[in-house]
Amino acid sequence: MTTMSEDTFDKGKVRIDEVSGTPTTGHEWDGIEELNTPLPRWWVWTFAVTVIWGLAYTIVYPAWPTLSGGTQGVTAWHSREQVASEVADLQVQRGPVLDKIKDAPLDKIEADPELLAAARTVGKVAFATNCASCHGAGGQGAKGYANLNDDDWIWGGKLADIKRTIEHGVRWDADKETHVSAMPAFGKDGILTPEQISAVADHVRTYAETPDSDAPTAEGEKLYADNCAACHGVDGKGNPELGAPALYDQVWLYGSDKPSVIARIVNGGGAVMPAWKGKLDDTTIKALTVYVHSLGGGQ
Amino acid sequence: MSSTDTHHDLVDEHIVEEARRIYPKKVDGHFRHIKWGIQFATLAIYYFLPFVRWHRGPDAPSQAVLVDFPHRRFYFFFIEIWPQEVYYLTGLLIIAALTLFLMNAVAGRIWCGYMCPQTVWTDFYMTTERWIEGDARDRIKLDNGPWTLEKIRKKIAKHFVWILIAWWTGGVWVLYFADAPTLVYKLATLQPGVGEAYLWIGILTFTTYVFAGWMREKVCLHACPWPRIQAALTDEYALNVTYRYDRGEPRMSAKAATAARAHGAAAGDCVDCGQCVAVCPTGVDIRKGAQLGCIQCGLCIDACDSVMEKLHRPTRLIGYDTEMNLKRRECGEAPIYKPLRVRTVFYAVLILAIGGFMLVTLATRDDMHVNVLHDRNPLAVRLKDGGVRNGYTLRFSNKKPDVRRFTLSVAGVPGAQTEVVGVPPDAKGQVTIEVGADQTREARVLLSTHGAPAAKGQTPIVFTVTDAETGVATEVKDVFITP
Repeated sequence: MTTMSEDTFDKGKVRIDEVSGTPTTGHEWDGIEELNTPLPRWWVWTFAVTVIWGLAYTIVYPAWPTLSGGTQGVTAWHSREQVASEVADLQVQRGPVLDKIKDAPLDKIEADPELLAAARTVGKVAFATNCASCHGAGGQGAKGYANLNDDDWIWGGKLADIKRTIEHGVRWDADKETHVSAMPAFGKDGILTPEQISAVADHVRTYAETPDSDAPTAEGEKLYADNCAACHGVDGKGNPELGAPALYDQVWLYGSDKPSVIARIVNGGGAVMPAWKGKLDDTTIKALTVYVHSLGGGQ
Repeated sequence: MSSTDTHHDLVDEHIVEEARRIYPKKVDGHFRHIKWGIQFATLAIYYFLPFVRWHRGPDAPSQAVLVDFPHRRFYFFFIEIWPQEVYYLTGLLIIAALTLFLMNAVAGRIWCGYMCPQTVWTDFYMTTERWIEGDARDRIKLDNGPWTLEKIRKKIAKHFVWILIAWWTGGVWVLYFADAPTLVYKLATLQPGVGEAYLWIGILTFTTYVFAGWMREKVCLHACPWPRIQAALTDEYALNVTYRYDRGEPRMSAKAATAARAHGAAAGDCVDCGQCVAVCPTGVDIRKGAQLGCIQCGLCIDACDSVMEKLHRPTRLIGYDTEMNLKRRECGEAPIYKPLRVRTVFYAVLILAIGGFMLVTLATRDDMHVNVLHDRNPLAVRLKDGGVRNGYTLRFSNKKPDVRRFTLSVAGVPGAQTEVVGVPPDAKGQVTIEVGADQTREARVLLSTHGAPAAKGQTPIVFTVTDAETGVATEVKDVFITP
């Protein structure tokens, strides 16, 4: 409080301010004088320490950008390495239960409360990371993306079926064992006329939720038998071997309204799902299988 | 500062008090004995409670007081608290706050003076300091003197003992969070896997040493919020350490007082010996009246009483008294003491009510708890045949130390089919779920209708979980949603 700045340009003007009793620095502008109220010592020291800390930090850790990257810091610390080591620590922690999941057959995992809980936890996280973008956070699906909570399984809903679908995907060209099904594009390729397609659509929609279309016709039934029954079955029950969805039920992957059904017949084909074998380890795939199976109870 | 105008005084008053060291003198007497007793009892409880055993069966820990974070349990003798019952902790905190209020309404800051950990450990540290460096006068002389070998030896000895106490204090703290003998063994033999314990011991050693060794009364004066709140909660009937200025003033030496009395002139009992200030752990002069620095420890009472005894004057010139009595004496009225007031009765009734409520709920709580979580995404699923399925996650908490089996049934939606993932029904279609001793288990329950869907919207349903042995049933309500 009593120290004065040394670089006062007019020492003669330094005096005690009457109102506050504080010395002035001698600086004066238009009659306004600057009081000499230095910063508290602790404040200056704190500031100095933070400056030193900041400089040391830029030396120890990667900090300064250069033209082709940046300084590495003397410790050569990388956030990626830290994440890797943290993940490794986690694996050690979870090791015992993960090993059990790895070694147990799928149905044994589901029958053991401890393994089921662990598999559901691991599977839920893996699902959120890898599957939820298409199948939804709770596996509820969307138009064109299968709902995993219902009882309709295009490629089979048993544990082994689900595991195979996860491992090899659907129409995933990079995987030789992938599920392949190819519905012809009846409209685009000119196999059926628009009137015929409309008739087939009316026929397959008879079991749909709201049969709001024209009454099914004998022509539609015949066209179905000739063009569709080979894959989707005479009674429309579908065929998981061929990946042909059941048509005579109330679960409609691409929508049950007439324009949606017509669009499927016109365009044919089907959705693609990646093969996850190689991307996810076997334990995670098993956990995912059990999780998906538990969502709707599977088949 | 040379300015002498009227503003000068304002400027000269420091915003921050200049640091001064307090050298409390040793004192003996009634309140010091109470303080010794409470200090001994509280420290003994703290240091030895983790080693008290309490047998709970083969699968549960046998430590009387244990905060078991890995298994999410809290054990306190015969009480076992689960995470979902953590509101008991809230109740305890409310009771603790009300008890503090009640203590305050009856006798001011006696919590601060006798029971606060800051006081207890500071007193503990002062005792060791006195033991190594001597009483106040020796310590002042030592601190102001040159750095002789003697001084270095004493200082090293003092800080060594302080750190030892701090280390032991921090060490005991971690014992409340794991099986104490096992952890002591692990820590002593440098076993791996207890790094976290070392870290906490380090942190608490440091804070104990700094708070009890260096900060002492500064915590009470500058860091603790209680004196500020306390001032708003007290009233004129609360007992406080009080200087009876009606008896003590005017101050003069014992000789002068005797002479004055002989001449029939007014003379106070206070001989201005300064002993009350010398023994005060916060450096307060109680004769200046009630103040923030006073922690109501009563040591000045002991100091003053010993002086009064020597002078053959009545004791309790300083004593626990009320502001009301000061005023009454001023008006020539007899002092009164009123511990039963609206304020104290109100606090006491609240404490009893909350404590009683907690005890009743503790005694009557279920040994089985079922929690239901309805699937949110999707809320409901349409099935192939037009039926609807809802998914639920049920969490069973078995609070008994035995494995128990429960049968599950769901009522509310006629004709609905219940399926528990991973648990096949028996021949009678009954689903039995086994829950381990003192454990929780989650089960995924799927409820489906077939064919004609249930009424649109929400249908109330009831899950009934029945203990297969005792037949005691727990019911939980939820809804079945039909889109």
